[in-house]
Amino acid sequence: MELHLLLLFMIFAAVVAVEVKDLLSSVIAVGSVGFALCLAFLILKAPDLAITQLVVEILCLIILIRATLKKDLPLVIEGRWVFNTLSTLTFIGVFLFFAYLALKELPAFGHPLMSVAKRYLDEGVSKTGAVNIVSAIILDFRAYDTLGEATVLFTSVIGIMAILRRPGRRKIE
Amino acid sequence: MKQAMPGNSKAGMSLIVKTITRLTVGLILLFGIYIVLHGHLSPGGGFAGGVIIALSFVHLMLAFGKDVAVRKFPKDMASNLESLGALMFLSIALLGLLGGSFFLNILGKGKPFSLFSAGTIPLSNIAISLKVGVGLFAIFLALVILEKAKKEE
Amino acid sequence: MTLYLLCLVLFCIGLYAVLRKRNLVKIIIGLGIIEYAMNLFFVLLGYRFHGRAPIVAQGQDILDMVDPLPQALVLTSIVIGLGVTALVISIAIRIYEKYGTFDITKIKRLKG
Repeated sequence: MELHLLLLFMIFAAVVAVEVKDLLSSVIAVGSVGFALCLAFLILKAPDLAITQLVVEILCLIILIRATLKKDLPLVIEGRWVFNTLSTLTFIGVFLFFAYLALKELPAFGHPLMSVAKRYLDEGVSKTGAVNIVSAIILDFRAYDTLGEATVLFTSVIGIMAILRRPGRRKIE
Repeated sequence: MKQAMPGNSKAGMSLIVKTITRLTVGLILLFGIYIVLHGHLSPGGGFAGGVIIALSFVHLMLAFGKDVAVRKFPKDMASNLESLGALMFLSIALLGLLGGSFFLNILGKGKPFSLFSAGTIPLSNIAISLKVGVGLFAIFLALVILEKAKKEE
Repeated sequence: MTLYLLCLVLFCIGLYAVLRKRNLVKIIIGLGIIEYAMNLFFVLLGYRFHGRAPIVAQGQDILDMVDPLPQALVLTSIVIGLGVTALVISIAIRIYEKYGTFDITKIKRLKG
């Protein structure tokens, strides 16, 4: 019941974020979507994810506000607007219809299959010695994925340092 | 006669923010280190703790202006530390090769629920937190240095 | 079932923002909304009614816990999302410096 209310609030805040003309207001609305997501993770019994989502959301908001402060832009609606909007909405409607047909094949909400995770839960504490099963999975059973994630973060930091370099060199006079 | 106290400079935010920052920045750093070290006992782990450590340095930079934070943490040291974190994680993985296969957990597993348990998992947590925390702070440094350089032209 | 559909409606709102908006920052915000929706969908897949958080408590057996495998995947995905957002924002800052605007139709026409 609470999950339905949270999801409705997230949809409302997302619509506000997308449609409002002021850039700072839409950034704050996206921040509220992130915080509601952190609450949803707590209700779904995932405390690791809630902590990580909260602090990542704060850092993302700081970076977004730093980029959009004092940079507003009046927008003009020009040519073929009705046709473009109608075709986008039709595509989204078709997508949702086929998604509904596909979602009926999934197991019902609240009764997961857990064929792989059953082995992790049974031997997690005895094989690794860690009490936090999620940490045991990401750092012992599936540590290769963590290596891939470290590589992706490293690449993004290198990319940002390369893009935001001061242009030009100093001439040697 | 004005002395060169940190509260007197014009950069950064107002005096209330600076006082509160001086009191809480150490606590935030300590909390981040706690979450990293207890990653195998309670929720958290390397990623969340690394982001909290990065947030403590960002807090310092936002409240006091760019120069104080850069003096504590210059840009070369930031990229060296981040590479060190990545290399440490990779060497823990290669160390598992001695035991039999890539990424094998070879150190002893102590009793559960104690701090020194679970093999290489706390070491991996420390390496990941170093990498993530310093990397995110380096991103923020790059953003701020660009703004300042643009304003001076 | 309705929860999955609501999650996909959130995804479609983000998709609409990526496809139809002219301001570059609005497109980046739409990308962020898509990421939130997909992380939520993964964690919804692994929930069990009356389950416990996947941390073994002292003196209790491993009875029904929620599925820890989607949580491990989403933990990685959240931090990668932050890295991608930071990279795209830095590209947007550079574009604003060079062209003076965030409007994508004007960026296409200025050449050279």
